[in-house]
Amino acid sequence: MAVKQLSVFIENRHGMLAEICSALASAGIDIRALSLAETPDYGILRLIVSDTDKAYETVRATGRSAKINHVLGLRVDDRPGGLSAPLSLLTEAGFDVEYMYAFIGENKDFADVVMRVKDTAAAEALLRDKGYTLID
Amino acid sequence: MAEQYWQKELETAPRAEIEALQLKRLKETVEREYAKVPIYRERMDSTGVRPEDIKTLDDIRRLPFTVKQDLRDTYPYGMFAVDMKDVVRLHASSGTTGKQIVVGYTANDLSVWANLIARQLTAAGIGKDDFMQVAFGYGLFTGGLGLHDGAQLVGTTVIPISTGNTARQLTVLKDFGATAICCTPSYAMYLAESAEAAGIVGDLKLRAGIFGAEPWTEEMRRQIEAKLHIKAYDIYGLTEVMGPGVSYECSCQKGMHVNEDHFIVEIIDPDTCEPVPDGEYGEIVYTSLTKEAFPVIRYRTRDIGMITREPCACGRTFARMSKPRGRTDDMLIIRGVNVFPSQIETVLINLGYAPNYQIIVDRVNNLDTFEVRVEISDENFDDSVAALAAREKKITEAMRSLLGIGPKITLVNPRSIARSEGKAKRVIDLRKLTD
Repeated sequence: MAVKQLSVFIENRHGMLAEICSALASAGIDIRALSLAETPDYGILRLIVSDTDKAYETVRATGRSAKINHVLGLRVDDRPGGLSAPLSLLTEAGFDVEYMYAFIGENKDFADVVMRVKDTAAAEALLRDKGYTLID
Repeated sequence: MAEQYWQKELETAPRAEIEALQLKRLKETVEREYAKVPIYRERMDSTGVRPEDIKTLDDIRRLPFTVKQDLRDTYPYGMFAVDMKDVVRLHASSGTTGKQIVVGYTANDLSVWANLIARQLTAAGIGKDDFMQVAFGYGLFTGGLGLHDGAQLVGTTVIPISTGNTARQLTVLKDFGATAICCTPSYAMYLAESAEAAGIVGDLKLRAGIFGAEPWTEEMRRQIEAKLHIKAYDIYGLTEVMGPGVSYECSCQKGMHVNEDHFIVEIIDPDTCEPVPDGEYGEIVYTSLTKEAFPVIRYRTRDIGMITREPCACGRTFARMSKPRGRTDDMLIIRGVNVFPSQIETVLINLGYAPNYQIIVDRVNNLDTFEVRVEISDENFDDSVAALAAREKKITEAMRSLLGIGPKITLVNPRSIARSEGKAKRVIDLRKLTD
């Protein structure tokens, strides 16, 4: 299980994001979701894409550092409280969410959430036991 | 394998014999300088020292120093000590720290030089059966032709590729089966990274490298050795004194043997000009003993190093000089603290970063700013802002504990800091200071 995510180191310079997106577009890679963490000096771009391995090679070829990692993917109901219930569950079980981002897929009844916790497998097991749908 | 020597009797001569030869040659050099080089004669006259006052080696301290500015003031040929018809070649310094200077060689000077390079190659086990890629620049720079002549004298198959075109360098290394290479250490590192990226390290036959012409650290040596599976030797020299081969390293890698039959080395306190004891750092000063066209007396190199006269396990009796810590020119004074780029390099390598970095110094509101740009590789890139911030902090603190001053660390893309094919540009000093 778990979602394959590509993280890219971004220097804080003009046009960096556009450059990466353009490289991915040329390689025919579809971006499903993304988030950008920013600091005053650099950023980390996190992407869920149609072909993670190919995206990794594409980004590396532009001279950037990148890493593929596995993050927790969770499908939640698109309604008030849809996210808060599983988050409370994780919090009570002692999991800390390092970062998280969400996107709406093709089915408008659900939202997909990507989150990074220390022990992805354990968090997945907990959520699965409680009847949540995990995505990969 | 037993230690090999090019000129064993000279390289392993008893100290007393070396010193007797030095004194004889020093007297001859001073006489020649006094007779042929007006600026030197005037300077000796003004300090009241005559050639016949040189009676012992210690009397060298009575002689005036020569500094780079003298070479500029007498540019182009004012310090040549022979008729130009006897000069068979010219070389020039790159002029990176000011106006260029020009030096000359007689046929005999070139022959001595080639023999001194041959001593280095032989000490590194490079001989007739070897193929050496000379990736130092050919031309006015002394590196290319200097190593070339020495390698040819030894009988090594020379591959005179000069600098540049890394892809071609790798192809030639591989296809021609080079077993040895010489270039600047920063370029060796770049070639090593490029060979790794191309996945061809295993196809190379390289086993030795001769690196010099810029300061580098022991840590960088170990990295080059590990990446290219070679033994890396350090060679020292400077255009003003001769070029590479003034001192050379044996297989012990414990300092560079000074070719004392051709040069006298002194270490002085750069401020007081007083001698510094063996084993202590100071400015390296060289006097040539056999050079005909362009002799130098007490040339202040501005390199900071130390020497030892302890016997070396290789059997050579020549004094050894440490890897220079850097040139006094390279030393940065940031907020009153002395910083050598080599110290930055040591910290980065010890923490697992590439020895490619850039130091940027500026002055904002009368306060020096100190920034070090560090490349972040895939291995060092963590998918977490907190982890990257922790990395920056760790580098800053390691530098602060070594230097007493902590830089701001800026993480940049891997292999994005320009690799030079000649000498690396490590420092960008944007301070506009007026006296």
